[in-house]
Amino acid sequence: MNRSVPSQQSASIDKPGLLQALRRLVPDEALLDQREDLRPYECDGLSAYRELPLAVVLPNTLEQVQAVLRLCHGVGVPVVARGAGTGLSGGALPHREGVVLSLAKFSAILDIDADKRLARVQPGVRNLAISQAAQPHGLYYAPDPSSQIACTIGGNVAENSGGVHCLKYGLTVHNIQQLKIITIEGELLTLGGSGLDSPGYDLLALMTGSEGMLGVIAEVTVKLLPIPERAQVILAAFDDIVAAGRAVGDIIAAGIIPAGLEMMDRLAIQAAEDFVHAGYPREAAAILLCEVDGTNEEVSAHILQVREILHAAGASEVRTARDAAERETFWKGRKAAFPAVGRLSPDYYCMDGTIPRKHLPRVLQTIEELSQQYGLAVANVFHAGDGNLHPLILYDANKPGELERTEAFGARILELCVQAGGTITGEHGVGVEKINQMCSQFASGELAQFHAVKAAFDEQGLLNPGKAVPTLHRCAELGAMHVHHGQLPFAELDRF
Amino acid sequence: MSDQDISTDLQERVCAAAHQPTAVCIRGGDSKAFYGRTVAGEVLQVGGHRGIINYAPTELVITARAGTPLSELEQALAAHRQMLAFEPPHYGEGATLGGTIACNLSGPRRAWAGAARDFLLGCRLINGKGESLSFGGEVMKNVAGYDVSRLMCGAMGTLGVLLEVSLKVLPRPEAEATLCLQISDSEALGQLHTWARRCLPISASCHDGSELSLRLSGTQGAVDAARKRLGGEAVSDSELFWQRLREQRHAFFHTQKPLWRLSLASDTPPLPLDGKWLYEWGGALRWLISEAPPRMVRAAVEKVGGHATLFRGGDRDGAVFQPLPAGLLKLHRNLKQAFDPHGIFNRGRLYPDL
Repeated sequence: MNRSVPSQQSASIDKPGLLQALRRLVPDEALLDQREDLRPYECDGLSAYRELPLAVVLPNTLEQVQAVLRLCHGVGVPVVARGAGTGLSGGALPHREGVVLSLAKFSAILDIDADKRLARVQPGVRNLAISQAAQPHGLYYAPDPSSQIACTIGGNVAENSGGVHCLKYGLTVHNIQQLKIITIEGELLTLGGSGLDSPGYDLLALMTGSEGMLGVIAEVTVKLLPIPERAQVILAAFDDIVAAGRAVGDIIAAGIIPAGLEMMDRLAIQAAEDFVHAGYPREAAAILLCEVDGTNEEVSAHILQVREILHAAGASEVRTARDAAERETFWKGRKAAFPAVGRLSPDYYCMDGTIPRKHLPRVLQTIEELSQQYGLAVANVFHAGDGNLHPLILYDANKPGELERTEAFGARILELCVQAGGTITGEHGVGVEKINQMCSQFASGELAQFHAVKAAFDEQGLLNPGKAVPTLHRCAELGAMHVHHGQLPFAELDRF
Repeated sequence: MSDQDISTDLQERVCAAAHQPTAVCIRGGDSKAFYGRTVAGEVLQVGGHRGIINYAPTELVITARAGTPLSELEQALAAHRQMLAFEPPHYGEGATLGGTIACNLSGPRRAWAGAARDFLLGCRLINGKGESLSFGGEVMKNVAGYDVSRLMCGAMGTLGVLLEVSLKVLPRPEAEATLCLQISDSEALGQLHTWARRCLPISASCHDGSELSLRLSGTQGAVDAARKRLGGEAVSDSELFWQRLREQRHAFFHTQKPLWRLSLASDTPPLPLDGKWLYEWGGALRWLISEAPPRMVRAAVEKVGGHATLFRGGDRDGAVFQPLPAGLLKLHRNLKQAFDPHGIFNRGRLYPDL
């Protein structure tokens, strides 16, 4: 099924002229313009949105990337940068009158400096490949999005990717030290430095998570950490999801920052258990997985403390993994949660809101009510430590109207997150998917400021047009529609 | 002084300044007036806009008005055994939250825990058109829209007036201890890099030219085990030592000569510049007291890919911060234009034309 793609109108393009000019810049095999060759690029991980570009270029030198950008800038052709295409918000969805700039050929690890604990890599290097290359030095790269086998570091920077270890180790923005970017004008710039900071504005932070709207990532220097001496995981079962949520707060109040703190609800537990047999208690209303890591002494102390806290919080069962193999098993269910839920229904839609954790019970309650109202089941997987919710809505795209109903339900969940003081996206990005919900998250002043930031880098708006930040006009039209939803939930909450 | 919200008043004053336009010099507690380039303009006092708005210890978040004294914030956190993990220096009694963020200054723990910018979750600001805008929020993970909040960190008030700031906070370590080892600067750099590749609870380092001080933080067991492993002499008043270092009350900083702050790759060998040196952050931050000509300091630092800031003293009308390459300077000018089109905020504090 194909969703409508927002804001892709632009002046008509001289396609043959563009292709001819591109052919002069890159080798023949690095330019795709035939329909069947373009097909694999028509979508990213959000496959409900599809679009064919005019052409795909796969340069293999930075000079070629610069030349392609200069050309596109000169003739006013949109450019959509693309890594592995695993993004979940349609950030790499092609523009029908634009060029897809694939960074796939930039897959070299340029340098691992064990003393400085830095890895300098090309943008097309896979996330997991960095940790694998660092492993012989006793080091690793901390951010670990669930797609880490496939997703590339360039895409991680563009989306400011997270993972299950964010609460303790941070997001991509906390774990990179230097970027080389190429502007729409084809200029190569270095952001950040060889030290821990750099002079002037924090362009390194601004570029991170900018969804390919401000520049093309050409090289990334990531920080590496020593592999913890020990990591230990505890599984706790609860008869009540509210008690599980409270236990999370209790652990943090005790001064412990777990390396990972994940929650799953009953539907997610059962799906995971049926799929990978991780030994999860099938009848529990919720389970918590709490991983602590660090020095041997620290882990020993924290494991004891966490066990006590979980018991005191009313856990019906608390299990500590006895060895590395059991630790793997505990995590296996969580890591397989998405595909496991995928077995329950023909399609599922993964949401990505973040809320202050204290509102978890009310938000889950409302999601449950909405689930009834829309007639669509939801499994909840939750990065509990940092408040990042991943409700998975189960649906069947072949049933007429069900995708539309799913999207409407998803939109309500995101608006609920905003009303609870949270955000419409914790780690997947806005892309095309959540462009309408940006109108709920931000007022026109903020959106206008975002457009001004965009113009500071890309005056003509050629980099990834139509993504991440909606036009004020679009929000005004949506605003008129939203009145029909009636009363806002959580009307009593402060909004700031 | 008590908590108050003077945002409407501040917004009106910015609007009036934008209308003229008149240059505005933003002032919080006036504790960091020494830092950055000389700035002229009508003073906009933001110290009155103060008070903690929301502190939720189990959410690890605190939100306060920008004029809130840093000490008030730290006291509130200490009552729940929490802290600002970037250990911001105050440099004076009146230090405010807003000034801390605008300067992006961080203390001894920075190399291990992160800088001010790493803990920023969101902010509300007044831009140069007098609009009150909110970016980011109070949650740990948030990728909706560009990271405008972090852009305010270290912008020295040239892009907007901070009104409210939300920060991630962390639990205070259960135990801390400081060790002292009599080794040279080169030996210390070598040793720090060996340790950094192991799983050790190190949270601060300082080499003052003659000895290396090392702080350990974590559970009591972890700190005790590391002390045994690393050796050295125990320092009796650990907390006071790092506090004096952070506030530049350590004897090293008693000088009338220019103080340079050098940010370099941590394993850079000692630089051939005359003066007194003190190393922090595992070697990545180096303080230099020297009367060497600024261009000599900058050239030496540029050669090794770092940057130098004339932190205190010297010519405050000259290049205080490392000059930017042309391509970056152009983006800086464009961003200044995007936030402050009339060029009213802290003109020249960071670079002459921003």
